[in-house]
Amino acid sequence: MAKKYDAGVKEYRDTYWTPDYVPLDSDLLACFKCTGQEGVPREEVAAAVAAESSTGTWSTVWSELLTDLDFYKGRCYRIEDVPGDKEAFYAFIAYPLDLFEEGSITNVLTSLVGNVFGFKALRHLRLEDIRFPLAFIKTCMGPPNGIQVERDRMNKYGRPLLGCTIKPKLGLSGKNYGRVVYECLRGGLDFTKDDENINSQPFQRWQNRFEFVAEAVKLAEQETGEKKGHYLNCTAATPEEMYERAEFAKELGQPIIMHDYITGGFTANTGLAKWCRKNGMLLHIHRAMHAVIDRHPKHGIHFRVLAKCLRLSGGDQLHTGTVVGKLEGDRQSTLGYIDQLRESFVPEDRSRGNFFDQDWGSMGGVFAVASGGIHVWHMPALVSIFGDDSVLQFGGGTHGHPWGSAAGAAANRVALEACVKARNAGREIEREGRDILLEAAKHSPELAIALETWKEIKFEFDTVDKLDVN
Amino acid sequence: MPFKSTVGDYQTVATLETFGFLPPFTQDEIYDQIAYIIAQGWSPLVEHVHPSNSMATYWSYWKLPFFGEKDLSVIVNELEACHRAYPDHHVRLVGYDAYTQSQGSCFVVFEGR
Repeated sequence: MAKKYDAGVKEYRDTYWTPDYVPLDSDLLACFKCTGQEGVPREEVAAAVAAESSTGTWSTVWSELLTDLDFYKGRCYRIEDVPGDKEAFYAFIAYPLDLFEEGSITNVLTSLVGNVFGFKALRHLRLEDIRFPLAFIKTCMGPPNGIQVERDRMNKYGRPLLGCTIKPKLGLSGKNYGRVVYECLRGGLDFTKDDENINSQPFQRWQNRFEFVAEAVKLAEQETGEKKGHYLNCTAATPEEMYERAEFAKELGQPIIMHDYITGGFTANTGLAKWCRKNGMLLHIHRAMHAVIDRHPKHGIHFRVLAKCLRLSGGDQLHTGTVVGKLEGDRQSTLGYIDQLRESFVPEDRSRGNFFDQDWGSMGGVFAVASGGIHVWHMPALVSIFGDDSVLQFGGGTHGHPWGSAAGAAANRVALEACVKARNAGREIEREGRDILLEAAKHSPELAIALETWKEIKFEFDTVDKLDVN
Repeated sequence: MPFKSTVGDYQTVATLETFGFLPPFTQDEIYDQIAYIIAQGWSPLVEHVHPSNSMATYWSYWKLPFFGEKDLSVIVNELEACHRAYPDHHVRLVGYDAYTQSQGSCFVVFEGR
């Protein structure tokens, strides 16, 4: 029956709080951690979030009656306490599939984390998780290659991959930069990486870097007999320049390029991922700016959401933190979003921060990249935490070796293989890590020196963003 | 600061991917890896190639993958038989994972010359 137009301001909860609603398999579900202003009831806050992130606005408008708004509105269907927090609560919101453009992560985020985050009735708001319906997932291309294809292309099996970022981050000429790449790769690494802020600066224009790096990669492959690659950073000021760089990397016969998906933006990232699929190129993804968005426990977007969005937008490798190194990261929470990158189905598991069952269908997996302040002593823990489908990246832990980057690379490779061998043989590598490394060092002076060099370094600070538990 | 003469010279080594940086495995250590492959539910597979062609995607199969084989000694015997038949070839053991269509494990057991 047609409704009458009744101008004025209604309470959001009259329309958008629907505790009896049973979500559909095709709904996009979101969990927000809400901290409202004092005195505003939870239901009103939650309903406001549902409204402002979907069809609603602050006032009733006549043009609502031109459509069936009940079909299009987002609804809050559940409210839960946040363990150990009296102020905040979780609001679960269901959005009908038709609110979103097919294959557009940009569109999903513009809705869900748009204006609503500045809403005055809220003190803080954090998007904790999204359940993407399979119907939406099938409209996204996802990783250009996926884990299995990347292993086949690079001929790397049965172990994590090994990489490192070229240091110093900035200031090397193209030729000197290529030298460091060559040293790392000849020493036993699988990949080297452009630092995220290397784009095309006056000291090293991008063509110059790409050419010297390509020569270093080729030479290292010839000398070691193994497949090698360097993540050539194609992040640029405009999409046109980004594609120009990607095309040149392909012309040089390189296997992998790189993009910064948050600073570069989801639209640019999705476009580049599609280019990679079309052109047979692997895509490494950096996540600069993520901590601005994901570190505050009550405001922003949890990284598990950003990781899910990247898998949908497209990338073959994504940085996830290390748990043990110099950068923030809780172990259980990290394991939770690593699953979201690599598995085809991830069940709800609050102890890992996963709020929903997530079915990824046939979408390819993304390698988890652990990078930042890690060295050989961390190797047993890293292999144990991250498993084989990961890239372990040691920057300072490679270049800081007293004999130089090649010896540092060899030390890491020996340590990695010793841990994998011991794990396969049934040893508990985290508990027996010290013995495993010391045994391996008997056959490798490079590893022995590395163990001596980094024996004192620890990064033991408490995590700022923890999972919510009592 | 005086130059430290303790700096060693790192010589590039030609290696054959996974476990290429470890000393050759003993018989027991090979058994451990075969047991791991079988315990994961993967199929053991033996492949060989002439060293001049070691970077090729496809090495020659030795027979067919040993689908469902659970007996360690069968695999050890096949590795040795392959090595006897092609003494100058690299011989590698693969743990083939049909679920991911990938190799859960892969390493060279005998190096050819």
